[in-house]
Amino acid sequence: MSGVLLRGFGWRHAGRRAWAVRGVDLRVEAGERVLLLGPSGAGKSTLLSALAGLLPEDSGEQEGTVEIDGLDPRKARERVGIVFQDPETQLVMARCGDDVAFGLENRGVPAGEIWPRVDEALHRVGFPYSRDRNTAALSGGEQQRLALAGALALRPGLLLLDEPTANLDPAGATLVRRAVAGALDADTTLILVEHRVAEALPLVDRVVVLEPGGGVRADGPPGEVFATHGAALAAEGVWVPGHPIAPRPATATPGELLLTAEGLGLPPRLGATDLGVRAGEALAVRGPNGAGKSTLALLLGGLLRPGTGRVTASAELAGADRRTPPHRWRAPALARRIGSVFQDPEHQFVTSTVFDELALGPRRTGQPEAAVNDTVAGLLDRLRLDRLAAANPYTLSGGEARRLSVATALATAPRLLICDEPTFGQDRRTWRELVDLFADLRDAGHGVVTVTHDVDFVAALADRTVTLERP
Amino acid sequence: MNHSDTNRWRTIDIVVASVIAVAFGVIFWAWGLVWSATEGAFAFFPPAQTLLYGVWLMPAVLGGLVIRKPGAALYCETVAAVLSALLGSQWAGTVIPQGIVQGIGAELAFAAFRYRSFRLPTAVLAGALTGLSAALFDFFVWNVDYALGDYRIPYALLTIVSATLIAGAGGWLLTRALANTGVLDRFPVGRERAAI
Amino acid sequence: MISIEPVAAPGAPLARRNPVAKVAAALVFSFTLLATLDPVAPAIAIAVELAVLPLFGIRYRVLARRAWPLLVSAAGILITLVLFAADRSGRVLLDVGPVLVTTGVLLTALGLVLRVLAVALPGVIVFATTDPTDLADALIQNAKAPARFAIGALAAFRLVPLLGQEWQMISMARRARGVDAGRNPVAKLRLFTSTAFALLVGAIRRGTRLAVAMDARGFDAGTPRTVARRQPFTRADTLLIAAAAALAATALTTSILVGTFRPLIG
Repeated sequence: MSGVLLRGFGWRHAGRRAWAVRGVDLRVEAGERVLLLGPSGAGKSTLLSALAGLLPEDSGEQEGTVEIDGLDPRKARERVGIVFQDPETQLVMARCGDDVAFGLENRGVPAGEIWPRVDEALHRVGFPYSRDRNTAALSGGEQQRLALAGALALRPGLLLLDEPTANLDPAGATLVRRAVAGALDADTTLILVEHRVAEALPLVDRVVVLEPGGGVRADGPPGEVFATHGAALAAEGVWVPGHPIAPRPATATPGELLLTAEGLGLPPRLGATDLGVRAGEALAVRGPNGAGKSTLALLLGGLLRPGTGRVTASAELAGADRRTPPHRWRAPALARRIGSVFQDPEHQFVTSTVFDELALGPRRTGQPEAAVNDTVAGLLDRLRLDRLAAANPYTLSGGEARRLSVATALATAPRLLICDEPTFGQDRRTWRELVDLFADLRDAGHGVVTVTHDVDFVAALADRTVTLERP
Repeated sequence: MNHSDTNRWRTIDIVVASVIAVAFGVIFWAWGLVWSATEGAFAFFPPAQTLLYGVWLMPAVLGGLVIRKPGAALYCETVAAVLSALLGSQWAGTVIPQGIVQGIGAELAFAAFRYRSFRLPTAVLAGALTGLSAALFDFFVWNVDYALGDYRIPYALLTIVSATLIAGAGGWLLTRALANTGVLDRFPVGRERAAI
Repeated sequence: MISIEPVAAPGAPLARRNPVAKVAAALVFSFTLLATLDPVAPAIAIAVELAVLPLFGIRYRVLARRAWPLLVSAAGILITLVLFAADRSGRVLLDVGPVLVTTGVLLTALGLVLRVLAVALPGVIVFATTDPTDLADALIQNAKAPARFAIGALAAFRLVPLLGQEWQMISMARRARGVDAGRNPVAKLRLFTSTAFALLVGAIRRGTRLAVAMDARGFDAGTPRTVARRQPFTRADTLLIAAAAALAATALTTSILVGTFRPLIG
């Protein structure tokens, strides 16, 4: 059981002008369950890294003090366990049991004790497979459970969870929250960072809100904190319960068919699917993990060759290529007609500045430079990226990168936009901007297809939903 | 901080060096996919391959420039070789010693500057030396039966030129481009970027 | 798809041997054979390699699939040698412009082709039957390799299939952005470079996160590591290495006795 004490704590990463976190005074008693909140960029993750002893002295500049049970966290590492957001980058070994054993080996636990402790930890998180299971064969939710087992096997007095469900679909997130609830005992102190507050509340008894400029804005029982600060937090992008976002239903009936899929499939990833997308329509595609939603998005986007069936573009959408299916169009022609937004924005970045990134599509499709500049200026303004025109796209925050990736798809003014999980991991503010942006596009006569697990997003935007089954 | 501290590899040095090698393993695999149509010409006429020899030597130079620790160039090229063996390279057995020899070439260049200079001239020298070591390996191990003047010497020279340009100068440019993306912020090379 | 999983039947008697012993045996065998340029020793070696294949639990079809690029390379050697052979002794078989094919050239080519196959196959066999985790464990426990480096490399190897998928996603994302190369080789090269760059950025980002997660579980704690999985090195493993050395020596000796031996240096 471990306690935490921060006095005037601040940290600035090397090479940065701004402090990631600053002026934090906080005491967490042993056994407390704390939800740490704050708008994007308030320094929540940096604070957790500091508590986990993962900020080496030479990697930045520290102010004030931070202590775990009176010790520098770098010297108290065996008292702290941490689970991060991305399941892919916290599993080390190829087999599940080996991965849980990894931490025990590092800490020098005698060989005879390792496997019983591995089994105990796997049992505590309700892990359903044997130790020999390949970690690559697990779903995201199962991988996060395994990561939790890896942390718990070391019997930490303080457990830190850094948005452990942000990268998961709803079913996976439920799985992980259940595992956390079941695995915690009275001896473990918990500090959780999670911007989806409603889901996190059953796990905590105290809420701490960080102020982006520095310091602690609010600290207390959840009810009190949200009564006073709920509205402000919601406006800043935190998902506070009781602050719904107004839906944006269509203002007109859908127009003509743009794209038709008949018997479209790609075994074994996607079974035969029929659907049509109309102009002025927002269509949501839902379905469980493994149903082939992303594959469908790629097929509709003309990026993959169909295994079965076909995709047909309307004469209006196809223009000069009316005799060929979208996957055989040349890329510049495709980008003018169908825009695709990938789940990971970084997959789409091609150039070294935000400006060039937005100008790329228009230039490739042969627009004169003056028109390119106008298009780029308009998009920079519309998606709040003006200040970042000269920045390298890879240096953007999650929300900025998402806005840029949508903007690049819009730069060539395609009639049809296809997005794969556009709201994944986004805060409430970016989320709301995306709803408005897609709704505006739809109302201006574009077709918008979103593949998504996000129930709220579907409710706010979609005019029609198609649900896929596992093939 | 004393010298022995800066020479110790942090976990992030080890893992990122390994990941660079792994990424190049995947890039070489993709090279095979993308160029399968033209690859035949390269495979049937080995001298043509030497023009692009430098691509295979990039992990060594990039590893040295990013990690900046003794052994980084050697480690990266060796891990890349082990990976290509595990991936089922047809050269499985010999790529590992070959990778070690090539890595030593680049390593010598960084050592010559006592691991204190990582500028363009160092990178170019590292490229040239890794090319030289690769050329020597091939010269003695694989090319003995070919004509000296018409083949062995031009092959060796082309290898060195390709390595100097692609692995050396190319590796330096690549390191700078990577630093600009912010992913190297935990490394000295990333911190040389202006504070943002 | 790209994968580093072994392809052997589990439990095959030689596939189960200690990975360090297998790699050592392959290296000993291959490097002994590098010493000669004649066709006889490699021919014997290839016969040995094909004979032990079932003991490694690899089917001939699987080996053929992994090794077929070697045959392409062999053809390349033949063509290059016809153009650039150092030794053009023997009876002239063909003389057209720069192409002068003699019996000497063909004999040398045969030697080189067999040599390439004989030297490469042991590695193909060993790595096709070795699990990366077992290899890292054995390198640490039996070959005194530094644990931090072996485990660090192993953790990175886990990203291979992931990065393979990532390559395909990045390629499709480029097409969606309106970037393609068509048949223009220069544009193709530029597109390849840009895809490779995006892959590297993502890979280094992942590597950085992975390193932090490993440290969070005490990887750099400085306490001596214990081992959860034992890799025994038994008498059978020593025997495997000795047998590899003996068989390679036999091949060399035979070539000396029949008088075809041509040392690499000398």
